[in-house]
Parts: sequence; C-alpha cells; structure tokens
Amino acid sequence: MTVSQVMPTGNREDEIQIYDLHKSFGDLEVLTGITTTVHRGEVVCVIGPSGSGKSTLLRCVNLLEQPTKGRIFILNEEITDPDADVDHMRTQMGMVFQSFNLFPHLTALQNCSIALVRVLKKDPEEARRIAQENLEKVGLGDRGHSYPAQMSGGQQQRVAIARALSMDPEMMLFDEPTSALDPELVGDVLSVMRDLADGGMTMMVVTHEMAFAREVADRVLFMDGGVIVEEGPPEEVIGNPKEERTRAFLSRVLDPTHVHAGDEDTAYAQRHRTAPDHDGNGKLPPGTGFHSPGGVG
Amino acid sequence: MSAISSTTEAPRRKKLSPRKRAQRIRIVQYAVLVLAVVLAALTIDGRQLQQVFFRPDLVVQTFGPQLGTAFVNTIIYTAGAFVLGLVLGTVLALMKLSQVGPYRWLATIYTEFFRGIPAIIVLLAFSLMGVAFPGFSFPFDPYGTVWVALGMVSAAYMSETIRAGIQAVPKGQIEAARSLGMSPGMSMQRIVLPQAFRIVTPPLTNELVLLTKDSSLVYVLGLFASGYELTKFGRNLANSFANITPLVVAGLCYLVITLPLTYLVRRMETQQRKATR
Repeated sequence: MTVSQVMPTGNREDEIQIYDLHKSFGDLEVLTGITTTVHRGEVVCVIGPSGSGKSTLLRCVNLLEQPTKGRIFILNEEITDPDADVDHMRTQMGMVFQSFNLFPHLTALQNCSIALVRVLKKDPEEARRIAQENLEKVGLGDRGHSYPAQMSGGQQQRVAIARALSMDPEMMLFDEPTSALDPELVGDVLSVMRDLADGGMTMMVVTHEMAFAREVADRVLFMDGGVIVEEGPPEEVIGNPKEERTRAFLSRVLDPTHVHAGDEDTAYAQRHRTAPDHDGNGKLPPGTGFHSPGGVG
Repeated sequence: MSAISSTTEAPRRKKLSPRKRAQRIRIVQYAVLVLAVVLAALTIDGRQLQQVFFRPDLVVQTFGPQLGTAFVNTIIYTAGAFVLGLVLGTVLALMKLSQVGPYRWLATIYTEFFRGIPAIIVLLAFSLMGVAFPGFSFPFDPYGTVWVALGMVSAAYMSETIRAGIQAVPKGQIEAARSLGMSPGMSMQRIVLPQAFRIVTPPLTNELVLLTKDSSLVYVLGLFASGYELTKFGRNLANSFANITPLVVAGLCYLVITLPLTYLVRRMETQQRKATR
C-alpha cells in the first residue's frame, strides 16, 4: 500500500497519525520514513542525538515544517492536505518552543489571551479570565502584568505553556522545553508538564531529560539518522535498550563524563554518512569525524 | 612573551608609565583648546558678528504672529508628510517582503527612484501638477502638495528602514503566532509589526528630523504668506532687512522642534528597554 492510499483510522483515540513521513532540507535528508500514532492521553517522549530529526518531526506535526513526503492526520483530519484549514487545526495543538518565543511586547496575560480574542473570537473579559486561570495553573497567577523580559527563563517557559493551554488544545507539543534553561530552573517547568500529563493531556515531548521521560512517558521513541530506531515503554527503551545505537546514545547522555573525546563526532559522521569510508569495514579513520569536510552543522 | 622581552631589553631612556603618558596627552589637549579660545577672542570682533548674525532690534522685529504661523506651518508640512510617508513606507516594506514577485520589483523600483532623485525636483514637479493636468489640484493646497511630494520621498527611505525592522523580529515570533492558529496576516499585524516599529523608532525619528529640515524646500514654491514656513519667512525678512538675523532666528526655531524630538525618543527607548528587556 502506498502512502497516498493511507486512510486515517477514524478512531477518535488516535489523535496524531503519522505515515511514512519524509523531510529534506535541500540535499540533507532529515526524516526518512517515520510512521507512528499518538493516542489520546498518551505521553510520548522523543529522544535521540542532536541532528537525529526529532525536532523536525515535532515541527512537521503542526506543519511549521512542510513535509517532503508522507501524510499526517490530526484527530483524523489530514493536516498535510494542501487544502486543510491548518490555522484551525493548530488551535487544537499547543506548541511550546525551546526558546519560549513569548511575545515581548505583551504582558504575560496578553500573551495568553491574544489568540483567544483574535483567533477564537472570545470576549476580551472571558479571554482574560481563561488566561488568568492558566497562569495560575502554572504557578504564575501573580505575574500576569509582567512582561517576558521581567521574568526568569523558567517563568517565561511556564507562561509559554499557559499560553498554549489557554487555547484549550486537545494535545500539546513540546520542543526541548527545558534545553534553554539554567539547570536550577528546569524543575519548575518539568513539574508543570508532569501535572499536565497526570491530568490526561496528550503530549509529544522532544527532550533530553531522561529522568523525566522515564518517569512520565507512556512510550519513548528513540530516533537516529531520521528514523525511529527503537520505541516502547520507557523502562524498555531507556532501562533495557535492545539496539546498539540506543545503548551508545544513552551511555553518552547518562554518563557524559566517561565518553571518549571524538566518540560523538564519529557517531555523528556515521549517522549522516558524511565522511568517506576509507577502509570499507564501517570504521572511520581516527579523527575524520571531527574534520569531516561534508560535516553537517 | 612580551613581558619577558620588555624586562630583558634594558630601556635606553626612562619610559613614562601609561598613566603619566595619558596625563600629559590630556594636558596638551587642554593647552591647544585654551590657545584657540584666546586667539578667537583676540581676532574676532564680537560687535560686528552680532550686527551681522544677531541684531537685537531685528530679532525683536522677526518675532511676531507671522513667525508663529511659519513655525506652525513647518510642523504641519512635516507631520503630514511623515504620516503619509509612514503609511506608504509600511506598504512598500510589506511589498518588498511579498511572495508576489511583481510587488517586490515595483517596491524596489519605487525606492531606488525616489531615493535617487533630489526631493526638490519631486516637490517642483508636484507643484506643477495643476499646469500639467488643468483643473487638478491637491486637496488642502498647498499643504496637500507638500505632504504628497515629501511623503512620497520619505516613504522610499522609511520603507527600507521598516523592512529591516520587520526582518529583525526573530523567526520564532511568527512560528509562535502561527502555532496559536493566527493567519500570516494577523501574525504580521499583531505580533511582528508592533515589534518591528519598536525596533525602528530611533531611525524613524531621524527620518522625522530630516523631514523637518526638508520641509524648508517648500520655499521654492510660490506661496501666499499664510503658507510660509520658517525658511521662506526668514529668507523674505532677511532680504528686506539685508541682514542674516531673521534666518538665524528661523534656524533656531528648527532646533526648538528637533532637539525635544530626539530627547523624547531617547526617553521612550529607555522606558521600552526597561519594560521589555
């Protein structure tokens, strides 16, 4: 069956359905055939080395990136259909970015209410009430009148979560929500996300926080080189990985102090097959990883 | 490395410490300044200067209701041209960022044309529209003519500034707006443009200051006295008195407009930085 014949399952529980998703930037293939389904209330954590395509996958789901090939259904409606009402479908998925992307010219309350008023055409008073409610949900009920610049990174990210929640979305997409935060601020954001997960929100989370993935995720996707290498419950994928690539990645992430210099570069070059394979047995000559001329930044 | 060589090579004569050297240079600078002031005081005849540039009786005569009219006219010419330039400049900036090729080309041609020719020619050309198209006249003449002519010229400059401002807004802002379901147009209007205008407030104010001064070009138009602005007014008086004093007064009037303007913007910037950074 070719991908163009794929039909959505029609099951209300299958909120995000991704079929044979490909994405290239010019000659660089970032995603090479991703197929997966995220179910209602499920928390899916996407892990993997940098450049593995996990952020691209997430950005394809709400079409911030246009897939090269493949189809994506949101609530059984195809978002990759050229005639889809993408703006409306996006109101059903909240997105949280690595760099917060709060609107700096608006207060926290205005950040949360602007789309309610302008997109959902809610009454401004009603919108304000919803915004305040969601700010309280993330523990920032008293900071409504602050501008983003007056808040810490952790607070800004929680406002960003409140902003997404204000739209009352069916699902939430998180793109490395804690990667830009100082370590001591990560906890607040993660605890808000844990509350969300406990409340039954459907979540797709690209993250490097292995402890969070292990504790909160229902399912973990390990991506490498543009494909899903391994997926399953966290205790299997993170606790007892079957694939060599997963094991190598986890050992580098969980114990970065004991990684040999250049290991990651070599692994990176192998994943992207950018360096010439001199001796033909799959091993790279020492050092080629780092200086590989075709290295992808 | 350098520390070693400086200690091993014995200095031939005693070097001054950097602090002492800086001190001496400063002393020399002050000495030159004092010398220049003394020379100027000795050679320049203060009385004669005052008679030419700032004769008290002419200053008094220059002040009057007509100066007030000219002052207000300068502001009206400038403000109208600025508003028109701002609107047209924004439209041109959006055209330059348009997906539709011909819009981009048109905007670029417009900008290059009006930046490349003297404003005075544009002004003269528009003042002759009534001759070229009999019966045609701009509304609120002569203000309308000046607004359109100067506005079209300043729009060319402002469009480049505004375009740069729009592009300076991080891409993540549009992504966040779109992810909330906003259309491209709404994202531009509600999210990008407010930030872009904040970024370009200082350069746009410079444009306003330039425009205030460019409004003096109006003096080439044949106008009734009610339409005089500062330069025309000052020049007429200077001609009839055969003295520069009225022009100096007119020049000082421009400063009355431009200096508070730059001060105001500097204050707005500081406040914005406090609020948003």
